[in-house]
Amino acid sequence: MKFSGFKVVKEALTGHKGWRPLWRNPDPKPAYDIVIVGGGGHGLATAFYLAKTFGALNVAVLEKGWIGSGNAGRNTTIIRSNYLLPGNQPFYEFSMKLWETLEQDTNFNSMVSQRGIINLIHTDGQRDAYRRRGNAMRLSGADARLLSRDELKKMVPFLNCDNARFPIKGGLMQPRAGTARHDGVVWGYARGADMRGVDIIQNCEVTGFRIEDGRVLGVETSKGFIGAKKVGVSVAGSSGRVMSMAGMRLPIESHALQAFVSEGLKPTIPGVITFGAGHFYVSQSDKGGLVFGGDIDGYNSYAQRGNLPVVEDVLEGGMALMPMIGRARLLRSWGGLVDMSMDGSPIIDKTDIDGLYFNGAWCYGGFKATPAAGYTFAHLLATDRPHETVTAFRFDRFNRGYVIDEKGVGAQPNLH
Amino acid sequence: MLIPHPLLGLRDSQEFTYFGDASLMWRPDPEAPEAEAAFCEYVFLRDNPAGVHRELWFHEQGDRSWLVVTRDTTTHEILGAELASDVKGAAQ
Amino acid sequence: MTRLSGGLIDRSRPLNFTFNGISYTGFEGDTLASALLANGVQLMGRSFKYHRPRGVFAAGSEEPNAMVELRTGARQEPNTRATVTELFEGLTARSQNHMGPLHRDFLAVNDLLSPFFAAGFYYKTFMWPKAFWEKLYEPAIRKAAGLGSLSMLPDPDDYDKGFLHCDLLVIGAGAAGLAAALAAGRAGAEVILADEDFALGGRLVMEGDLLDEALATGWVATVKAELESLPNVRIMTRTTVFGVYDHGIFGAVERVSDHLPTPGDKVRQTLWRITAKRTVLAAGATERHMPFADNDRPGVMLAGAMRAYANRWAASPVKRDDDAIAIFTNGDDGHRTALDLIAKGAKVLGVIDTRETAPKFGDYEVFAGATVTGTKGRLGLTSIEITRGGRSEWHSVGALGIAGGWNPNVHLASHHRGRPVWNERLLAFVPSPDGPKGLIPAGAAAGKGGTAEALEDGMAAAIKALAELEISAAEISLPKAENASAEQVAFWHVPGQKRAWVDFQNDVTVKDIALAHRENMTPVEHLKRWTTLGMATDQGKTSNVSALAVMAELTGKSIPETGTTMFRPPYTGVSLAVLGGGDSGPLFRPRRLTPTHHWAAAQGAEFVEVGPWMRAQYFPRKGEMQWRESVDREVLAVRAGVGLCDVTTLGKIDVQGPDAGEFLNRIYANMMGTLKVGKVRYGLMLREDGHAYDDGTCARMGEDHYVVTTTTANAGLVYRQMEFAHQCLWPDLDVQLISTTDAWAQIAVAGPKSRALLSRIVDDFDLSNEAFPFMSCAALTICNGLRARLFRISFSGELAYELAVPARYGHALMARLMEMGADLGVTPYGTEALAVLRIEKGHAAGAELNGQTTAQMLGLGKMVSVKKDSIGAVMSRREGLAADTRRLVGFRSADPQTQIMAGSHLFPEGAEQNMATDQGWITSACYSPHMKGYIALGLLEDGAARLGEVVVAANPLEGQAMKLEVVSAHFVDPEGGRLRD
Repeated sequence: MKFSGFKVVKEALTGHKGWRPLWRNPDPKPAYDIVIVGGGGHGLATAFYLAKTFGALNVAVLEKGWIGSGNAGRNTTIIRSNYLLPGNQPFYEFSMKLWETLEQDTNFNSMVSQRGIINLIHTDGQRDAYRRRGNAMRLSGADARLLSRDELKKMVPFLNCDNARFPIKGGLMQPRAGTARHDGVVWGYARGADMRGVDIIQNCEVTGFRIEDGRVLGVETSKGFIGAKKVGVSVAGSSGRVMSMAGMRLPIESHALQAFVSEGLKPTIPGVITFGAGHFYVSQSDKGGLVFGGDIDGYNSYAQRGNLPVVEDVLEGGMALMPMIGRARLLRSWGGLVDMSMDGSPIIDKTDIDGLYFNGAWCYGGFKATPAAGYTFAHLLATDRPHETVTAFRFDRFNRGYVIDEKGVGAQPNLH
Repeated sequence: MLIPHPLLGLRDSQEFTYFGDASLMWRPDPEAPEAEAAFCEYVFLRDNPAGVHRELWFHEQGDRSWLVVTRDTTTHEILGAELASDVKGAAQ
Repeated sequence: MTRLSGGLIDRSRPLNFTFNGISYTGFEGDTLASALLANGVQLMGRSFKYHRPRGVFAAGSEEPNAMVELRTGARQEPNTRATVTELFEGLTARSQNHMGPLHRDFLAVNDLLSPFFAAGFYYKTFMWPKAFWEKLYEPAIRKAAGLGSLSMLPDPDDYDKGFLHCDLLVIGAGAAGLAAALAAGRAGAEVILADEDFALGGRLVMEGDLLDEALATGWVATVKAELESLPNVRIMTRTTVFGVYDHGIFGAVERVSDHLPTPGDKVRQTLWRITAKRTVLAAGATERHMPFADNDRPGVMLAGAMRAYANRWAASPVKRDDDAIAIFTNGDDGHRTALDLIAKGAKVLGVIDTRETAPKFGDYEVFAGATVTGTKGRLGLTSIEITRGGRSEWHSVGALGIAGGWNPNVHLASHHRGRPVWNERLLAFVPSPDGPKGLIPAGAAAGKGGTAEALEDGMAAAIKALAELEISAAEISLPKAENASAEQVAFWHVPGQKRAWVDFQNDVTVKDIALAHRENMTPVEHLKRWTTLGMATDQGKTSNVSALAVMAELTGKSIPETGTTMFRPPYTGVSLAVLGGGDSGPLFRPRRLTPTHHWAAAQGAEFVEVGPWMRAQYFPRKGEMQWRESVDREVLAVRAGVGLCDVTTLGKIDVQGPDAGEFLNRIYANMMGTLKVGKVRYGLMLREDGHAYDDGTCARMGEDHYVVTTTTANAGLVYRQMEFAHQCLWPDLDVQLISTTDAWAQIAVAGPKSRALLSRIVDDFDLSNEAFPFMSCAALTICNGLRARLFRISFSGELAYELAVPARYGHALMARLMEMGADLGVTPYGTEALAVLRIEKGHAAGAELNGQTTAQMLGLGKMVSVKKDSIGAVMSRREGLAADTRRLVGFRSADPQTQIMAGSHLFPEGAEQNMATDQGWITSACYSPHMKGYIALGLLEDGAARLGEVVVAANPLEGQAMKLEVVSAHFVDPEGGRLRD
């Protein structure tokens, strides 16, 4: 069934009788060519591109709960490609390009909205660092603008630039960045994958890997054994827990990241704004809520909830930056579970176990990577070769000394 | 969170700075034949358990002691806290 | 006016207020909602999506409909629930989310178009043409969406945060909470009793129930007086406990002055962090409704709310006194409302009871086995259709109360992700036994909603909680009370063809749930996200359980199998400002001031934020038009004469003990143990992963005593790292550390005349080059006996010293040096000149030591000793680090007057410019008055071997590209003669 304005009108006039399930609820087959563990945005995008681009016909996605129940459904929906290092920037720019055609590719409105992101500058040193970053973006084909203080004030007049502990001196803007409706991304990929024959199996928890002679044969699940020639694990947040079932230790810690949404408000904030002197970033959803977040809680956690000090820290930043939000109310906060890696960058790679592939370590930034992570993980699963944009995302970069450390803080995950 | 400091009693976790897995106390022998590989494992790889975790906290806004705190990462329940130097001393 | 008799309003204190510009009068004790109802106003707002007319639905914080923009100007407060807004003199409120007047909202056209706006419609359209999303569709959606609006002006009020500790926190001051607080208070425990309401009593003051055969208000007043007399009890009204965090920590907001016209000299709200050893959750219960056709008109409300308005606020829900009121119920509870209304003299049509064998408790009509199947009244209810045994008839009514049963407020008990448990007898979810540790639900929140059982349960919970703390609490004598009959049947909604609202604010109907089911959005979280059910400002308090029941019916599963969504903080909306705690504007973070700050300020210095510090950036003199003039002058003064700079912000760590040398050998990449007493060495620290971490000096003041300096940025981090090494890695080493950054004021005295200046203030100390050569250190006295430390070290490349004195003498020392050096032309210099001096000398600073570089890259590779182990030594030898050929070099542009931009990327001349051909970047750049032109430092591939080569510095971000010559990073005195003179 193709979605369109015409179809919506037709159904409206005929009592909405013609809508069908967005995806099936199939029982698992005994075996598949490729099994993806994790029905989040990344896993479903992987399945989608496997089916659409790489011609894989026999693919299943296994999800422990409901699809999109992990970080895909609990993030702050920002998409951007404003990275510095050559190991990262081309990948995120590839992702940005996939976002730009996502709705046409999936026939589902995921509300990709390119309203721009601004990273604020408070010191000369910060401006130099952002100039280096903005130039890296331009050199890899992305867009970037360095905003003066006056340009910034014109664009976002409500920022507290002057009566501030850390006055604002300008910003680095990526106009093509923005937001996308997180659930819409999950559902668009799920529906697109299902239409192309992928079995999406919900409430199917993987409880172990069957590995013989260094080769994976399939997965044990709450719905029984499912055979697979190749298994791709895409469970960021729970990577440590899942990969330990294959006997692997990872360069990853699991941490809690909180996010927040205010009650609905009439249009207030145009794009995405990131405070450079505190832990705070904000955008406004199409429904009207201010969606914002800050730093991770900072200690290992699988609890999917955070604590009060970070809530206060985030709002201290928010009020310092834009004191006009003070009389809005917090509606809801939530806690995600993120894979914090040792250099703050992701991993898309084969493992030492034949047929077992890994996509994870996304820190707090996996959402924006969804299309490209799906595409490149599909590429790796289908061809056994890394896509040209993920050649740096290897396990061995740590031991060999080729880390991709955007923040320059070394092997301390809670600082990335 | 509240951390039961072995000398100072319950203290707010905001007085502390978190570092990571207590395995970081056990630096490999730099003279060993495979020292580089051992160091890479020490620096980069973690058990990252969903459950009981022994971890290092620094009482930065306090008495500046490093503690080994035993905490459940699924519930945040704290099961105990010891001075890191005591832990190290007992093991040596 | 539809004011009834009685109630807890003070008729001697009338209050004037306006709603949508019309003036009304209420009384002290009213809420905005009760005052509007008493003035016959039913229409209070519009719904989110269809812009349907809406009236007040509840009497508490769960209100989904009656949302207003309160106050005006910078104090405008959107989405404010009229039901919890205390009336004050001069209150102004406006309805929100409509275009044109409230009673004629142009956007009500959405309602006519509602078939096109079914759940999730926007995911299926607006995709073509692609560019129209941001330009057309989305702006239109955004404008129509949202509820109230912000003034866009900075919040003018003050906020505060505070910390409280107690043995027992009692959340909710209804029957259970009061009993708990009284029992615990009498036992001498430290008790905090918090309630979101401005009055104590909870449902006790909203019901007509009798305690000890009198209205409950009397008992509540007695208990309040006793609790207020107990020094160990703190009563916090207007205080919402909004979140349960780890280890007994609760977030709470006290609305200190929201009930006043303006806060005056008070804060508006206070954020409390309450640490409680035990907690009794007596948060009560929220009534639910039963969806039926057109159930969303103004005048339709919860039956319990109707009762509350009648009993507590003496307000009738109808527009005119002679309008009749009907009650629709699935149990006995609805009948209580009819009885209370009759007792208050209101006109009651009757009770429509879904049960075939419905009871009758008084003189009113009972429609047994009947349902409400339709309503009329565009802006307010005028009639309802009652259907019984297939026969329908219309009845004129002005209001309809719905009693669908009560949901215990399990929210706070579920904040730690414990799922509530279905209780088939109560037809409701009750708190999970795996709730937060130390939290005991009691009373209606635990499913014990009868007055007598709530009192008993609250007292028992407090006694149990205190027993766990080994505080023995005795039973208290509770007032005589009854448990009202709570008989009910499972009846969830009235099936039908027309729209029946489940979530009022977000316009989610039973049909939308059915559509979600048809589209396989059946998991409850998918249902929520697809339809937006329960995502309104009430967080689903009035809708979720009903929706679950509808979905359960569709899937054939039970309600508990269908599950619940997660409960997360905050319990109700909390202002963003109070969560920030008032630390906004310049108070956002503390400022650290150097010992010479006030001196510098008196000289007219410009200051700059350097991490937490404020440092003098430069010292403008009269006639200097722009900062460069001042900086150039300061730099030249240092190179030609003598300059003074406060460098106190550099980290200082005192290291003492017999093993101090060995310890520092392990901390620094280079050797420190061999340093002679009285000598200083430049030191480089690595991270354990082998990358460069921090640099500074290490001075050996005595046999067992070293003084380490760090960069300003890493002062705390290096100290933390050294304590880690000491306590966790090598506790066997006999060494002690302490940070002395704050203890010593340190002033750089730099320039060829620095020795001459210092010689005027030292006490009998030989400063000659022979006696105190480059890289010497000493403890000495200056200015006739002031204890000081002197280091002959240089950041500028000139003959230079750093002089440290106890911090409290920093200001005086600076003044004395200025005075003593007047004839030498002594010049204070700031961070800008400091930076120029170090770039001219080729010293690495923050831009080079950025955590991504190695010792080799910085030209310091030889400092990493291979004779000993140190932190980072092993891993610095890894392949990838060794293979990195980028080196720190200097750059000069062909035209020395063209500014070089730090952050430019470096390319070979003539090469295409992209990430693959990128060879490095400019790390730092400045105008060098010494070189009379712009110079820069940067990291360039094979840089050390390319001196003299021309490269291109590209800055496409600002449309620039320039040719630069690669030169040595040491622009000044590359042989280092000056600093050794």
